[in-house]
Order: sequence, then C-alpha cells, then structure tokens
Amino acid sequence: MLDRSKIGQQFAPLVVPIESGRLKFFAKAIGETSPVYTDEAAARDAGYKNLPAPPTFAMVLDMESEADLPPEVELLQLDVGRILHGSQSFEYLGQMYAGDVITVRRTLVDIYDKKGGALEFVVTENTYTNQDDQLVAKTGCTLVYRNA
Amino acid sequence: MSEITLGYEIPTLQLPPISRHTLALYCGASGDHNPIHVDSDFAKKAGMPDVFAHGMLSMAYLGRMLTNWQPQSQLRSFSSRFAAITQLRDVISCSGKVVELFEVEGESRARLEISAAKASGEQTLIGEAVVAL
Repeated sequence: MLDRSKIGQQFAPLVVPIESGRLKFFAKAIGETSPVYTDEAAARDAGYKNLPAPPTFAMVLDMESEADLPPEVELLQLDVGRILHGSQSFEYLGQMYAGDVITVRRTLVDIYDKKGGALEFVVTENTYTNQDDQLVAKTGCTLVYRNA
Repeated sequence: MSEITLGYEIPTLQLPPISRHTLALYCGASGDHNPIHVDSDFAKKAGMPDVFAHGMLSMAYLGRMLTNWQPQSQLRSFSSRFAAITQLRDVISCSGKVVELFEVEGESRARLEISAAKASGEQTLIGEAVVAL
C-alpha cells in the first residue's frame, strides 16, 4: 500500500516559461490545424495577445521538472510501468500565452484504493499562476496504480 | 448563440489511426516521457501487449473539438476520465452534445457531455466541458 502519510504534501513549485516553439511542436503533435495555435498573426486576429496555450497544455508544464515524471512518482516510489492515468480536469480562470512564465504548485490531496487494494488512486491538484501573479488555471489529476 | 439548445451536437472530430509516430511526437511535445507509450520492450515487460496512447493525447483531441466549435477564450472547464486504453491503429472520433444550459453571474453557459471513441464504438474518454455562449 502506498504511504498515506504523504497526503497533503506540497511539492516544490515549478517555474516554467512557455516558449512559442514548444507550443507549435505541441500543436503539431496533437494534429492541431487552426492557425490560432501556430501563427502569431492569426492568434492576434482572433483576439489573443500572443499564441494561446491549448486547453490541455497546463499538464505539459507539470512535466518540466528535472525528474521528468510527476513528483508523486518519486515521493511514493511508484513503478512507472504500473501507472495509468485515471482522470484529469481543467478549470480556466485566464489564458496562458507564449512568453508567459508560469508557476505550478502541486499538492498531493488524496490516496485511496479499490478492489481490496488491487488498485490505488493518487490524486493531485495544481494551480497555475502567471508572471503577473494572476491565477490562470487549476487542474486535478488522478493516477491509477496497479498493484502486483 | 440562440440556436444552441439541449441535445445540440457539436461538430465531431475524426482522427487518423494512432501510429507509433503519433506517440513519439506526443512523447516529445508533451514532456510525458513514460517509456510505456513509446518503447515496446518496456511496455511488454510491464505486461501490456504493446505501447499504447497517452490518455492526454485523446484529451487534447477533445480539446481540439471544443475549440473548433467555440474559441478557447469561451472554455470554462474541461474534464475527462480515461475509460479504456487507446491502442496502436485505433481510429478515434470525438463527439459532444449540450446537456444543460445555465447562467453564472450573467454569463450564459452550456454544459456538454463529451467523449472519444474507437471505430468499434468503445468509449475511451468520457467527460464534460463547460463553455460560455
């Protein structure tokens, strides 16, 4: 069983710049065809101040730690081969743009199990604040851990 | 947006089959470097038949469907659970329909049920989104 005493743990904040090249690469990877996500002029014509980060991009920022994986993987000593993504939520309070510098704060909010402990669920919540100290998004993530 | 009524189905998004190349690009672009999505040897050792798609790739497809319909600046929230694994060569389609119309602080909003499904009809992602109209 995963260590329940870690519930409530706040991870070290990540400070991540959003680079326009990264947004364009991400747009390519998801097959995005709207020029709003790859062409600065099209983005401005659509009313955005710069290239907007697409709806799921917040989670990309979570991955920008030296560890290369979400911090709960190390904290709970998870075997990456047994992790599945259970659910994900996004709440939008503002917009992230190319050129922004986003501070990601992540908290481990819950661990619970089902099926007699065969599956454990690791729940984290994040906030995303830009360089102007504006809270632009909140997310929630549930990882499913398959116990052997 | 007066034409939006309960049951309104937003335009669907059809994707090409999931390939190893799709997964390699998403691995690099998303920063999700879990080898289970790109390294067949690793995936098999972990008890999977082969590499499989990132759940977040299909969620990004759902996001594309939503922002094709309304500008992203109208999107208020977006969530999904990952109901089934998307395998190589699966052909995913995204769909959504309006299930509630409501108002928050004077803003008209629509709640949508959204899903991604394989050609067989099996749903891989089941979620909802709230969009300002």
